[in-house]
Amino acid sequence: MEFSGSLALVAPEIVLTVAGLVLLLVAAWAGDKAARTISIIAVAALAAAAFLVAPALCSGASGADTIAFLGQYKADAFASFAKLLIYGAAGASLMIAPPYLERFGAMRAEYPVLIVFAAVGMGMMVSATDLLTLYIGLELNSLAAYVLAAFLRTDNRSAEAGLKYFVLGALASGILLFGMSLTYGFTGTTSFEGIRAALDGSIATGTVFGIVFMLAGLAFKVSAVPFHMWTPDVYEGAPTPVTTFFATAPKVAALALTMRVALDAFGTQALAWQQIIIFAALASIVVGALGAIGQTNIKRLLAYSSINNIGFMLIGLAAATQAGASAMLVYLAIYVAMSLGGFVAVLMLKDADGNAVEDIADLAGLSQHRKVLSLCIAMIMFSLAGIPPLFGFWGKFVVFQAAVQADMVALAAFGIAASVIGAFYYIKIVKIIYFDEPANKATGKSDWAHQAILALCAAFISPLGYLLTKWLGSLADSAAASLFSVV
Amino acid sequence: MAGFPILTLMLLVPLVAATACLFVEAKAARSVALVATLINLALGVVLWANYEIGGAQWQFTERVELFAGFSYALGIDGIALMLIVLSVFLMPICIGASWESIQKRVGEYMAAFLLMETLMIGVFAAQDLFLFYIFFEAGLIPMYLIIGIWGGDNRIYAAYKFFLYTLLGSVLMLIAMMWMVNEAGTSDIPTLMAYDFAENAQTWLWLAFFASFAVKMPMWPVHTWLPDAHVQAPTAGSIILAGVLLKMGGYGFIRFSLPMFPEASAQFVWLVFTLSMIAVIYTSLVALVQQDMKKLIAYSSVAHMGIVTAGAFAFNVQGIEGSMIMMLSHGLVSGALFLAVGVIYDRLHTREIDRYGGLSINMPQYAIFFMLFTMASIGLPGTSGFVAEFLSLAGIYQVSTWVTLVCTTGIILGAAYMLYLYRRVVFGEQKNADAAAMPDLTMRELAMMVPLALAVLWMGVYPESFLAPMRADIAALDARIARAAPEGDSQLKIGPPKSDKADAAHGEEAEHGGAH
Repeated sequence: MEFSGSLALVAPEIVLTVAGLVLLLVAAWAGDKAARTISIIAVAALAAAAFLVAPALCSGASGADTIAFLGQYKADAFASFAKLLIYGAAGASLMIAPPYLERFGAMRAEYPVLIVFAAVGMGMMVSATDLLTLYIGLELNSLAAYVLAAFLRTDNRSAEAGLKYFVLGALASGILLFGMSLTYGFTGTTSFEGIRAALDGSIATGTVFGIVFMLAGLAFKVSAVPFHMWTPDVYEGAPTPVTTFFATAPKVAALALTMRVALDAFGTQALAWQQIIIFAALASIVVGALGAIGQTNIKRLLAYSSINNIGFMLIGLAAATQAGASAMLVYLAIYVAMSLGGFVAVLMLKDADGNAVEDIADLAGLSQHRKVLSLCIAMIMFSLAGIPPLFGFWGKFVVFQAAVQADMVALAAFGIAASVIGAFYYIKIVKIIYFDEPANKATGKSDWAHQAILALCAAFISPLGYLLTKWLGSLADSAAASLFSVV
Repeated sequence: MAGFPILTLMLLVPLVAATACLFVEAKAARSVALVATLINLALGVVLWANYEIGGAQWQFTERVELFAGFSYALGIDGIALMLIVLSVFLMPICIGASWESIQKRVGEYMAAFLLMETLMIGVFAAQDLFLFYIFFEAGLIPMYLIIGIWGGDNRIYAAYKFFLYTLLGSVLMLIAMMWMVNEAGTSDIPTLMAYDFAENAQTWLWLAFFASFAVKMPMWPVHTWLPDAHVQAPTAGSIILAGVLLKMGGYGFIRFSLPMFPEASAQFVWLVFTLSMIAVIYTSLVALVQQDMKKLIAYSSVAHMGIVTAGAFAFNVQGIEGSMIMMLSHGLVSGALFLAVGVIYDRLHTREIDRYGGLSINMPQYAIFFMLFTMASIGLPGTSGFVAEFLSLAGIYQVSTWVTLVCTTGIILGAAYMLYLYRRVVFGEQKNADAAAMPDLTMRELAMMVPLALAVLWMGVYPESFLAPMRADIAALDARIARAAPEGDSQLKIGPPKSDKADAAHGEEAEHGGAH
């Protein structure tokens, strides 16, 4: 394909890259005073990028027309679906940050710039059809994320989170690279299409090792058990808006990337990786559920909850079918709304002086003085637990249905039975908020941006969300179809 | 009435009222809730009046393809109609029972109850498997809140137990449902009721459904959440729990387990009968030694539900009819008994039986109503309990005389614990001055007791009103499961059919005992 055609396909990344570079210059000249303005422009850039990727999703783009730079990059409907979620989550993370960071005098101009660069990286991750594009995208996102985790320089916990994330992230990248090198060595190519063709038929033991190492590296990025250890520490230590970001956009990107690697590059050898994914899925569900029970910090609890949710999504991947991929995308969309809502609600929990309240015990009796906020938290908790009629149930429903359709009834039965363990800690939060005597800790006022985003998320996960199932389902179906269309 | 979406309206009225209750202060919330439940009661009466007996099997059907993967399909047969009528009948009484006893967070309380009503009607009206599941499972949320916020001292333990027990029971059912829909290619309940699943698959599906319904019912040994939930729940919560929520289990057996898996049902009759027998005898004995009035009635519920399950799995018309009437009767009677306990609890704030005594002296009206409901619970002829027990036992007898013997013993024990309770609370001397000073029923309490008493007597004297809408559906169910019906051990000889005249002269019980 011609160079100009390729450039047109990567237009969203170009818009974001240019915006990021320009904003970096603005940040350098104008300083931290302009932080809010830069944030607004960054949100506008993300919106523009979203506007550019939306047509590919609506038209269900797939096939040769979507491949850019000689098979390095693919702007198909699947990538568009993931990018829309990523840009949405990144935009929300920008909007909720100023009220929080300004309290610490840390609303610096670099914050929006880093988020924009991370978004570029994530966009490349989900569009990658070559191991090298994959790695560049992943590292661009990760480097921005390490800095973001340590964004509150004066806070020891934040610095610790950044360091931990960096060391473990670098280790995971190394594992991933090792897997990629094995794959390259045994298949002789770095392009997904080539790997797919090379693996059609038999598979060498070395390639199996390559798959194992690559999946291990990716499991770290999606925080699936047994590579989840960093998650609670980083989520707790990082500033809450950054945690919100970590729990949403990079999760989408890493999971979409894992899907592309497993279903596209290694799609012809599903048996080689299915067992690994099944183990990771069940282990994530169980560890995520059990680990959360003893937590006293709400951010750590939500971290375990996200591990738990990743487990459910991996069940869709374990099915290795188009329906499974579509179900994962639906679940991802709902998961982003639930996590976003959950962390924004945490941001809104402040004491009378405006300090963050993160101790679960301090939420006791919250429903007595913060009725709407309590209702939203209760809805998010029940939704995360997958209790109908909240929308979180739908995510689990489609994923398990895909597993049942792929004849994995035992996996589905085990997974759903384990979800009851998770229900215990979610309803514990509801119990603390609704049943206990008021502790009157979280009495502070909330910012309007937080309220608006929480209201949007709550409306989405409310039973009204079911009205979107057809629309969401058809988008996810066309995205999954484009992932499965072999050129 | 054709084409008017009355079922949707019945779902929407409480839902809208629930939302309204969240935003108004206590006094208005009570009125809004009462008006909404009365409107729904009126709609329920309209529904019953317009239900065409002997007409199409599914009436008032609605179907909109709103969602991906399942549809918004409503419709009722006679069985569902009766349970919906029971629900809308009990709701205004629940609101009345909480009129004064609930003083904190009234708006939220009323909202939870109205939401509960929507979900209960939805469960009985759903014609799509997944829509049913959503309504069925969603009921956990308001009930969890009702027990947890407005319950007694040990409410948090009870709320957890209720929630997790029932959730664990139902999630496996969801997987079974997905498998069924995948196999049959539709989630339409009427279609699935006529679909023949392979026999070995039926076994697993039946067990998955059983796990859910047995917990909901509740059957021994998974009944332990019920006494805790009942004791801790506020009066109205107990009424709705015993009156309607337990019926979801029985409804599930009759709507899903039997027609969808007839062979597996026949295969597991021994299991159901064994658990039912244990429930009837064991929980009756446990009820006999209770010191707490609510706990006693809760255990009696488990015993009565044992008869419901045994009757439903008798594989004949009498058994299923008896099981349905038992559910309706128990809904009224246990609701009324919890109300009776609530009335004196509101005055003395204790459920301990020993604190009362001699109430017939200072509360004569109360004593009369309490006696009527006690007798109905025992199954005295002329009350609904008799019709229910007679029909169920007549049905069970055809399958197993031993099970009938055990269940009948349970009924004798039932008489023992209920009469013992009544003697200790209402008769004897007035031991405590405060209990002796309690005033008799107020107008509000009378207004709740009288309709319940009339309904109990109506069902006892003329059960035909309740049996008529269900007859065709139960006959259809019987025809569906006849191929798998287990051999009975009673060796009944069918005599020559009686003339119509003799039938008419014998009244209702004779007709059902002899006609089949």
